[in-house]
Amino acid sequence: MVSVVSVMNGEQPAKQPAAAPVGHARGHSLTVRNLVPFYGKRQAVRPVNLDIPPCQITAIIGPSGCGKSTMLRCLNRMHEMVAQARVEGTVWLDHEDIYAAGVDPRLVRRKIGMVFQHPAVLHTRSIYENVAIGPRMSGITRRRELDDLVEHSLHQAALWHEVQDRLKHPARMLSGGQQQRLSIARTLAIAPDVILFDEPCAALDPIATSKIEELLVALRSDYTLVIVTHNLQQAVRISDRTAVFMIDRDAKDYIGSLVEVNDTAEVFSNPQDPRTQDYISGRVG
Amino acid sequence: MRVESIRLLIETKAVRNRILQQVYRRIHYGDTVFWLITLVFALVVVGMIGAILFVTLYGSAMAREQFGWGFLTNPRWYHEQDGVPIYGAWPAVYGTLASSTIAVLLAGPIGIGSGVFLAELCPPWLRMPLSVLIELLAAIPSVIFGLWGVLVLAPLFERHIAIPVSRTIGTTVPLLEGPVSKGGVMIAGMVLALMILPTIAAITRDVVAVVPNSQRELLFSLGATRWQVIWLAVLPYAFAGVIGGVMLGLGRALGETMAAVMLIGNRTTVSLSLFASGTTSAALIATQLPNREDALHESALIYLALILFAITFTVNALARLLVWRIAASTR
Ligand SMILES: Nc1ncnc2c1ncn2[C@@H]1O[C@H](COP(=O)(O)OP(=O)(O)O)[C@@H](O)[C@H]1O
Ligand SMILES: [Mg+2]
Repeated sequence: MVSVVSVMNGEQPAKQPAAAPVGHARGHSLTVRNLVPFYGKRQAVRPVNLDIPPCQITAIIGPSGCGKSTMLRCLNRMHEMVAQARVEGTVWLDHEDIYAAGVDPRLVRRKIGMVFQHPAVLHTRSIYENVAIGPRMSGITRRRELDDLVEHSLHQAALWHEVQDRLKHPARMLSGGQQQRLSIARTLAIAPDVILFDEPCAALDPIATSKIEELLVALRSDYTLVIVTHNLQQAVRISDRTAVFMIDRDAKDYIGSLVEVNDTAEVFSNPQDPRTQDYISGRVG
Repeated sequence: MRVESIRLLIETKAVRNRILQQVYRRIHYGDTVFWLITLVFALVVVGMIGAILFVTLYGSAMAREQFGWGFLTNPRWYHEQDGVPIYGAWPAVYGTLASSTIAVLLAGPIGIGSGVFLAELCPPWLRMPLSVLIELLAAIPSVIFGLWGVLVLAPLFERHIAIPVSRTIGTTVPLLEGPVSKGGVMIAGMVLALMILPTIAAITRDVVAVVPNSQRELLFSLGATRWQVIWLAVLPYAFAGVIGGVMLGLGRALGETMAAVMLIGNRTTVSLSLFASGTTSAALIATQLPNREDALHESALIYLALILFAITFTVNALARLLVWRIAASTR
């Protein structure tokens, strides 16, 4: 454990709360090449090739079960935490192959953060500790430093004003929308380069959803964002690029594949693939 | 024709409603009956506790009158003063507390550790056999644990641990001083630990297994190690259940009779040393009640039972308080 902390320590000096954010020019990109996730022997998605540009919002849409979540979890090596799961192909974060031999998946996850569909907070811990836990695990222990980080992250997640006078309260007492923004704050506190969202609004009401959407748009200038969504309007509203996953009706194996990637406006106004056309016009899915 | 069909429709609807109403009523009636049955069961439990309390209070009245609170601190179970018999509970209470504390200190960490191993770390092919083994361990009768303790563990312990320790550390620490007797508080506590280990392990395994996966994934996605996930997310979430398991184990250790009788040496005076023989409340009651000499002797034994009851009750209440306090506070 000591060695892990010290390694992570070495990884982590970069972003201080008040420091200048990463500008557009220095944003981080993901490049997916021939990526094939497996659950045991079963292939989950056909080979994926996808470029995720820096400081933009890339939406991933498609019907249920076509492998959106699975693909997303391959981007920060969370997929392999499922028993028997493995990956072929690779993903590059800028010029670094995150699946190269010797790469520590824990460090990958610190650079590519993740927010889940069901707002997940650490039940037994306070709002403050829910945000501070990431920095703590990377070895930051000084109280002032943690305080600053927590405050800054909660500001970034547009939650500070709602919780500043009850930081010690249990996080489980927050509403669903607040919990989801707390999850975002927690991810921001470890200063990732990229943040992945798996249907972050699926369990939220429209008002909470629009708050999260505003937040994502605000975060775009500093972070590369990838969002899986069921909600086509949401993809139109906030994303710059859209990737469409579909399950081929004709194929008997029910394996999803990436059928189209383009600027969001193009995908929705001028879809190139007939399957996309059917999907966005509501004929399938 | 039209009217006819509409009338038919209305009639069938009415019939259906009537049937539905009957069904609802029956369901509701069933609810009430079920409620009454469960209420009776609950009252039986309360009644049992009341009956036990009544018997111990009533039966111990004579001893309580004669010895009062001094009974608890009197360091000899039996002695005579000017021809009058005097009983004291301290040897039994000390033996009970000391042996159970040793049992929980040993079995707590090991049991929690193996429960966590089973639920979180164990390779799937090993999980089933290990779980079965642990449950088998829990099913072994305590007399067999006692037998094994007397024949195998006690001699080994005496030769390789008790005697060397009492000759070195024991010369300065009274808790570990010699002479080492055949049975003792320490060896009894160790066998008790073996007996409560499976309880603690199985309960820990079960409460850890139901911790939602979201709690783990959340921490993994922040770059946590498996160890950090267990320590920072899983165990805090499962805390109340784990404490419950330890308390169940402690309850068994406090009341365990057979293993204590066989291993603790059954000496009715107090020695501080854990290597010296002693007795426990349960062991003393079990060995002496069948051979009670007079009414006072019987009353004193029941008084001791009342105290044992109070100890287990207090321990449980404290545990519950601890769980509440920790559940209410967040760090
Ligand atoms: N933990 C798992 N184990 C085995 N198969 C899984 C698991 N999770 C998802 N799958 C399978 O992988 C495919 C893609 O699922 P998923 O990525 O969850 O789709 P989506 O997020 O697009 O709804 C589905 O066929 C699903 O049954
Ligand atoms: Mg999904």
